[in-house]
Parts: sequence; structure tokens; C-alpha cells
Amino acid sequence: MSAAAKSVWLHGGVITLLFALQFVLPAYHHGNLARIMVLAVYAMGYNMLFGYTGLLSLGHALFFAAGMYGLGLTIAFLDFAPSPALLSGIISALIVSAVVGFLALRTTGVAFMIVTLMFAQAGFLTILLFGEYTRGDEGFVIQQPERVLAGIDLTTPGNRYFAALILFSVCLIITARVVQTPFGKVLIAIRENEDRARMLGYDVLRHKLIAVIISGTMSGAAGAAYALLFGYVGASFAAVQYSIFPLLWVLLGGAGTTIGPLVGTIFMFYLIDLSSGLTSAYMLIAGVTLVLLTLFARQGLVGELRKRALPWLP
Amino acid sequence: MPIIKKPSRLVTRRSALKGLAVGTGAVAAAGTLPGFVRYSQAQSSEPIRIGFQVHRTGIGAAYGRWYDRTTQAATKAINDAGGINGRPVEIIAEDDGTDPKRGAEVVEKFASQHNCDLAFGTLFSHVVFGSAPRAGELKIPYFVVSEGHHVASGKLNRYTLQPGITDVKSQVQAMAPFVSDNLGKKVTMIYPDFAFGHDHRDYFSAALEQQGGEVIAKIAIPPTESSFTKYFPKIPRDTEVIYHVMVGPAVLTFVKEMGEFYGPNKPEIFGFIDSLEAVDMASPGLEFLEGSYFWEGNPRYAQKDQSTYDKDYRAAVGVDDNGASVSDPKDVSTYSHMFGCWETLYTIKDGMEAAGYKGPEDRTKLIEAVESITDIPHSAEHPQGAKIFNGKTHQVFGHQYISKVKDGKLELAHTTSIEDTLYDDEVDYTTQPF
Repeated sequence: MSAAAKSVWLHGGVITLLFALQFVLPAYHHGNLARIMVLAVYAMGYNMLFGYTGLLSLGHALFFAAGMYGLGLTIAFLDFAPSPALLSGIISALIVSAVVGFLALRTTGVAFMIVTLMFAQAGFLTILLFGEYTRGDEGFVIQQPERVLAGIDLTTPGNRYFAALILFSVCLIITARVVQTPFGKVLIAIRENEDRARMLGYDVLRHKLIAVIISGTMSGAAGAAYALLFGYVGASFAAVQYSIFPLLWVLLGGAGTTIGPLVGTIFMFYLIDLSSGLTSAYMLIAGVTLVLLTLFARQGLVGELRKRALPWLP
Repeated sequence: MPIIKKPSRLVTRRSALKGLAVGTGAVAAAGTLPGFVRYSQAQSSEPIRIGFQVHRTGIGAAYGRWYDRTTQAATKAINDAGGINGRPVEIIAEDDGTDPKRGAEVVEKFASQHNCDLAFGTLFSHVVFGSAPRAGELKIPYFVVSEGHHVASGKLNRYTLQPGITDVKSQVQAMAPFVSDNLGKKVTMIYPDFAFGHDHRDYFSAALEQQGGEVIAKIAIPPTESSFTKYFPKIPRDTEVIYHVMVGPAVLTFVKEMGEFYGPNKPEIFGFIDSLEAVDMASPGLEFLEGSYFWEGNPRYAQKDQSTYDKDYRAAVGVDDNGASVSDPKDVSTYSHMFGCWETLYTIKDGMEAAGYKGPEDRTKLIEAVESITDIPHSAEHPQGAKIFNGKTHQVFGHQYISKVKDGKLELAHTTSIEDTLYDDEVDYTTQPF
């Protein structure tokens, strides 16, 4: 079987499994999985830049928040219906990621990390500064009537799950497709050896900029979807820890693998959920587990699987 | 002892296989509806399960510790007196990390996994905002103890109520007559530049204007600031009163630097105790606050005319006459807020008894019963003072206290009337369908 055919089977299988799970999962886990799929989209967006292009950003919360506020503010102040508001969220993230990418890509390595972190912090403080509109740290609620998308009430568990699954599937297919295209191969080449890619005649800066835009837009789509599906917009999603989370999810699941972000998000979610039931020091358990995984599964769960058993995993 | 249960997670291979088999059977029996919900019929002897959303970690941890102690004490008192409708109360505590995303997940856990009858206990407003939509969707009553204006503003939903603590709007506006009559008419406000500070700025400015006073300067301080010296020269010279609501660890620096700036010739100073909840008034640097005034939700220091209700409540929770833990005098309580947990649990009890509450199928009856509450007398169940509950706005109104710092302690100087705290309704939740 060709690599492309295996990719189709793998991603089709993951989507089918997620579709099937809704029929058997108890209510709590059903709700969790809807949330995890949205967050996995955020992780997939992050993975596009970190896992495939080799650029470590510490400012992706800015893109997530751009999507979230692009949707939330247009609903709250311009009375947008959910469909145009969702589009507005995605376009906001696209514009913000293009601008940040254009400026931040003048730097590399540690400087890139710091510049993206600073942009995200500036975004976070801007949300607080315009508290009159954003309600700052407190945030605001998107009420149920404002969350009916094309006649579908996204506040019901089934519809929410379907909406999250559709978004996740679209982003997974985009990711799987992109990494197989010549463009995706160039991104991987940049990750592996940027100078060689440049020497071979590729426009490295342009490729990296497009990667930032795809990554930021996908992250923004997750932010907009989160607000729409769970009814809350708040500055805490723009804070620095929400820039760290996708990095952790991707590292755990496997950077540079298509399904790693989903696996990492599920793992991290349930690690915290289960350990918080055992002790109030659950972050310690989470921390120790992360250290152990970093020591013994350096390429993440799916990355290790690829290394040890399934070398064809995309 | 109250029953504080943490769900057991010990799963053996055998029990996992058993569970899998049972689960598969249950799924087959329940049909294949997406996201089906299994309702368990409550037995009359089963405990009433209250999901306690507690800030054990994150910025709200100091509050969470005391909210937990108060909740345990109230639960013990309720259970010792026979429980609710003859059933014991069981508290299922989950840490929300003082984070709105985790808060929403915790509410889902209460509703869908722990089969709680209701959720309760949230303090920080952003966690309330993040969690309330999910409570409404899951149709689980959500009793917050937050003092935010979010409930009464109409921004939440019919399932969210705040019957145990007054909201910031009523607290702030009730301060204006005292400040204007006793401290001065020209006020400079210093507040953190985020939602909590903006609420103070807006509500107090409007209330002071009604009293014939004026806020002559509004100094917003960015939340990341750690030194405040550059802001003090912005205070106009003709300021008669400084109104401050700084919060977080920077408050000690703020007070110290303000003291250095003014020296002995300071204007009158009025602050909200939120700045110094869980902080010892004898901390170095706070000497400058001597003679200044504070809003208190409930007087931290036992007063000369202390009610027996306060005395008993203090003893039950384990708080000494200085507002600190009886076992550790340095562990200062969040006395102005934590009574809300005690009082909310008793309001839940009243509501459940009035509704003849039997199980989750009676959740809407519980909400309607609480909505019908009006007068709440000063009692052992409501030791902070008498209150009026507004069923339309789901918000309670009560007395506010103003204390003066004397010899490093807070001495009650004024008690507002409940009428001073009232404002026009901004919502009628009773018109919303369940």
C-alpha cells in the first residue's frame, strides 16, 4: 500500500472512530471529547509551525484569542449571526498571524520565541486595556440564541460534538494533505536544514510566512469554535499558559505527526482530569509524567510509535 | 464530620473488564442516541450531592482554602441537625484551578459524572462566566459565591443564582453616602485596570455624584505593575479622599509606597478589604493604613457587640477573634467573603425543603423555591446579617460594613442599611424558560 493510501486509511479511521465514539461514550466523556477535538485543532495549528516547519512559537495564544474575540466581539457589538461571526474570527486570526509572521520571521531561534511571546503578551494586555468592550479578564458569555448556526443549536451535546468533529476533520485533512504536497515537503526541509533548503533555491521566508499563516488561522478557528461551542470569551485564553499548552500537547503526542496533536491533547486532558481526582497536587503528577515522557519518549507518543513500529506514519 | 468525598480512581484489570462488560450492556440497552444521558433515580436515603467548585490552586487559592473550611463547617452543621429533607449532604469537591476553562469542565463533571444535584461555591468572576453557560445547558443549578455583578446584570441564565453574598455594584454604591458625609467630597480613585477595577470606577463614580461628591481623578494601574511611585504624583492636590481597590500581592508595595509618598500629611483613605483578604493587618508596611477606612463584607475582628450568631459561626469554622485560624494565628481568613458559602448552603437547604426536593428531576422546583425567597432574617444560618433576596435578578442584598483601622485592627465604624445597597432590576430571570 502506498504512503498516500495508508494516510487516507489512517485519517479516515481516526475520523470514523471519533464519529462512532459519540454513540457509546457516557455524557461526561462525550462532552470532554467535543472540547478535546476543538483544542486538538489548536494543537494541529501549532504543530504545523512547530512540528513541520521547526519554528517554536511561544505566542500562539494570540492567534487563538484573535479567533475567539473576532467571533465574540462581532456577535456582541455588531449583532453578527454565528456564520459570519465564525468567518470573522477566522479572518481575524489570518490577519493577525500574517502581521505577526511578517514581523517575527525577521528573527530566528530564541529571538523568534521571545518576539512571539511578546506579541502574545501585548495582545493579552490589549484585551485588558479595552476592558470596556472585552470585559477584560472577566470576559463575557455568548448566549444560547446567539449560538444557533444555520438553524443548528450548538448548545446541545450532539450538535456540539458534530460541529467539533467537522472542524477537527477539516483541519486534519488539511494538515494531512499539506504535509504531502511539495509545499509541505519544503517545510520539512526547512525544519531539517534551513540553509540547505535555501541553497536549493526555495524561498524560505515565504514558505515560513505561509506556515505561520496556516498555523495561526487554524489556531484562530479553534478559538472561534471554542467560543461558539462553549459560550464564553475571556482574556485568560490569551494568557501565556495558553501559548504553552499547545506546545505541551504537540510534544506529548508527537511533533511532526498528523495525529500526534489529538493524542497529546487527549493524554494531557485526562492526565489532569484523573490526577485531580486523586490529589490537590495534581500538577505535580502531571509534571512528573511529562518529565518521564520527555526522558523516555522523546518524540512523543505517536512519534515513538513511528520510530519503533510504524515508520510510515505521516 | 462532613463527608468530603474524592472519587476513587483505583481500577484493577478485573474491575476494568467488568466495567467494560457492564458498560457495553448498558450502551446496548440505552440505544444509540448520541450523547445520551443516564439519569439515576435518587433514593430517599441517598445523600444530597453538592458539587463544590473550589479554587484550590491558581490565583484564588487563599480564598479557596477558606471557602473549603467554611463549606465543611456548614455541611457538618447541617448534617448534625438532620441533613436536608432527612438526607445527609455530601460535598464533592473539585479544583477548578481558578481557570474558566477548567471551571466549565468541573461543572460538566458534577452534572454528568458525579451526578451531583447542584454545583456551588465559585468565587472568581471569570470562572463564573466560563462555567455558567455550561450549567445552563446541563440544567444543573449553579449557586455562586462570587460577589460579581454578573448574575444580577442578566448576563448569565436562570440556572445561576447568588443568594449568599451581595454583589459589587450594591457594595460600592452603598459606600458613597458614608464617604461623602464623613470623609470628603473630592475623591481620587486608584484601581487595577481590569474588569474588577472598572466595576468600582463606574459604580462608585455614579453613586458619589448622586451624593453631591465628585471623583476628580481616576488612576488605572496596569495589572502587571509592581511599583507604584510614578502614579502618586497624578493624585490631584485637592484630593480629600483616596479610594483604592488594589488586589494581589502588589498591595503591600502599593500601601508602603503610598505611605512614603505622603508621609504624615495624608488625605483620608478608603479601601476595599478585598485588597487585604487573607493578609495580616500587622504585616510590615501596612502601618500607613492606621486611621483609614475599609469596606468589609463581614467584620474580620470580633466586635464589642458581636452577635451570638457570629460567635457560633466563627467557632464552627475555626476562626479566632482576630479573624485568623484558631490553629494558626498567621493563617488569616477571607472573612468578608467566606460567610457566603455558609449562607448559600443554608439557602439551598431552605429551597430544597420548600420544594420537597427528591432528586435531579426537582432541580427546577428548587430554583423556583429559591426565587420565591424574599426576606432572610439575621440568624445562625445567616450570621453576616439580615438580607433581602430578589428572585427576579437571582441576587441577594444585605448590610455592608465600614471599619476603621485602629491599633492595627479593624473596628466597625458604620453599618449601611440594606436600602442603601438596592438598585433597579436589570433582568427578570423568572421570565426565562427552564
